Amino acid sequence: MSDMLPGIEVLSYSFTGQHRPGPFSPVLVGVVGSGNLEVMLEPADGPACTVQVETSARGFGEIWQAVLRDFHRRHPLAGVRVSIHDMGATPAVVGLRLDQAVSELKHP
Amino acid sequence: MSISISYAECSARERLNRLVDPATFHEWLPPAQRVMSPHLAQLGVPCAFDDGVVIGRANLAGEPVFVAAQEGAFMGGGVGEVHGAKLVGWMRRALRDRPAAVLLLAESGGVRLHEANAGLIAVSEVMRALLDVRAAGIPVIVLIGGANGCFGGMGIVARCADHVVMSDSGRLAMSGPEVIEATHGVEEFDARDRALVWRTTGGKHRYLSGDCDVLIDDDMQAFRAAAIAGLTRASAISLGSLEAEHRLLADRLRNAPEGADAIALWQQFGVADAAQVPDLDAAAVRALRVV
Amino acid sequence: MQWQVLTGQLFGAAHDVKADGDFLHGTAQLDGAAITVVGSTNHAPVGVAMALQQARVVLDTLALHPGRAILLLVDTQGQQLRRRDELLGINRAMAHLGCCVDLARRQGHRVIGLVYDQALSGGFITSGLIADACYALPEAEIRVMRIPAMARVTKISEARLADLSRDNPVFAPGVQNYVAMGGVRAVWTGDLQDCLRQALRDAPREDERAHDGALRGGRRLAQAVAERVLAA
Repeated sequence: MSDMLPGIEVLSYSFTGQHRPGPFSPVLVGVVGSGNLEVMLEPADGPACTVQVETSARGFGEIWQAVLRDFHRRHPLAGVRVSIHDMGATPAVVGLRLDQAVSELKHP
Repeated sequence: MSISISYAECSARERLNRLVDPATFHEWLPPAQRVMSPHLAQLGVPCAFDDGVVIGRANLAGEPVFVAAQEGAFMGGGVGEVHGAKLVGWMRRALRDRPAAVLLLAESGGVRLHEANAGLIAVSEVMRALLDVRAAGIPVIVLIGGANGCFGGMGIVARCADHVVMSDSGRLAMSGPEVIEATHGVEEFDARDRALVWRTTGGKHRYLSGDCDVLIDDDMQAFRAAAIAGLTRASAISLGSLEAEHRLLADRLRNAPEGADAIALWQQFGVADAAQVPDLDAAAVRALRVV
Repeated sequence: MQWQVLTGQLFGAAHDVKADGDFLHGTAQLDGAAITVVGSTNHAPVGVAMALQQARVVLDTLALHPGRAILLLVDTQGQQLRRRDELLGINRAMAHLGCCVDLARRQGHRVIGLVYDQALSGGFITSGLIADACYALPEAEIRVMRIPAMARVTKISEARLADLSRDNPVFAPGVQNYVAMGGVRAVWTGDLQDCLRQALRDAPREDERAHDGALRGGRRLAQAVAERVLAA
């Protein structure tokens, strides 16, 4: 492993969903603390649910892929932009926050 | 029977929304606007969409107020360039819009070290802006009760306010115990001795010494009630008020017993049963204050 | 620069500034007007006692000498890191000093800060940084925290912090950075008395530092974000 300068890893994913939520105000859950993350949901055009992750815990792309795929199976959203700032949360915490964000979407 | 909700365990957003009248909070520069730090990425630290501070207006007991809350879980609530600028803009706006009060839910280590110079200047600008609001006759109320306390430059800013409310779990100070221990050793300040830390910087001590105006339990309802009561607590800074403050602080320094023992200091203040204070609840400690 | 050399260059023999320990105070004459001089030397730590000593001088000026300008001479290693000072409310004593300086400004006293050697955050926030304007000598250094303590708190290595302190304006302690960021209005070189004269003449009434930081490019967001809140 070379001596890299620290940096943020940016990961992007896109899923085609079926359930388009009605118009909604942006939703924010979580905080950017050690082992934690914040998740923001915003309305977007098009059929996709896009996810952008900015994380200080680099090299976990495959795990993010798996967690987000599971999330999309649980909530096949369409027309939603998901934005994440992560500071090393576990997959369990990530899943929890994502579900929490969706539940706030449905029950503002 | 209503359930007590801990102020300390709430996030900044939860505290703010539970403090003000329901559904009255309107946020400026909300997360979706992505007004974030330009300095953190270079250090491999993720940003927060709101740079760790929520600002806006709301009603409190029907009165229009400005309210802001620092998120202690993000960078220890440290003030960086954008975070500080949000608070400065918020206070400058108060000069224009003249709310009934400006309320700051402070939880901060002070200057955000990851933004060093920019953070230091930012804290200073926050202090200037706060004093402008005070000079305009708008009460500034600082509420302290988060797990990280209110330290560093924000510990100074807090004492520039008209009215300081603390829970017994809150802390208000300048330097953190770890920095003092790192500099002068564990005999000077054992940062792991929680009881010592709270006797030195916690809400009960600050209340008994007059460094905060109100002492409450770690409870959202209590914070809301104290915030409402604070709406009428504006007090102008004048030569007379500063002379009185100077006398108080100079006397305290002159009369303080040797060493750094809080119990000895409380005894010197005339607090009855000083040794019991750490075990008492907020209500019991309120009854003991003599300053 | 030694404070005696500094006051000599600023005022010649026309001053009675002396040091009581590390506490500097006195009165100087410039162009027929008296100026209060107050501050510290020897990289003094600012504890409760020092904050109150400085506040006393500012209060005396407020009470006894309406309109008299105040010069804050800053050379400090920051706040005193002692449990006793925390117990006795050093944050309150510092806030008190800051409020005294701020009231002096509002009551028409021009207040100028000058970092002539070192300034570290806590010792600086309620003196130089709450003045109408803060200046610095070219060789002065302004820091938030010393690198070893900063490394402990931020978990960034000392080596990395040292690198950043060399190249990165956000971390580098040189006063030119602070000028670029708007925190320091200008560096004083050449005829220091003339620099003081000019500083007193064009002391701003409002806090122009974020504006200066944007103009000079050292702090690109602060002014814009504050303005955005006003427009929101």
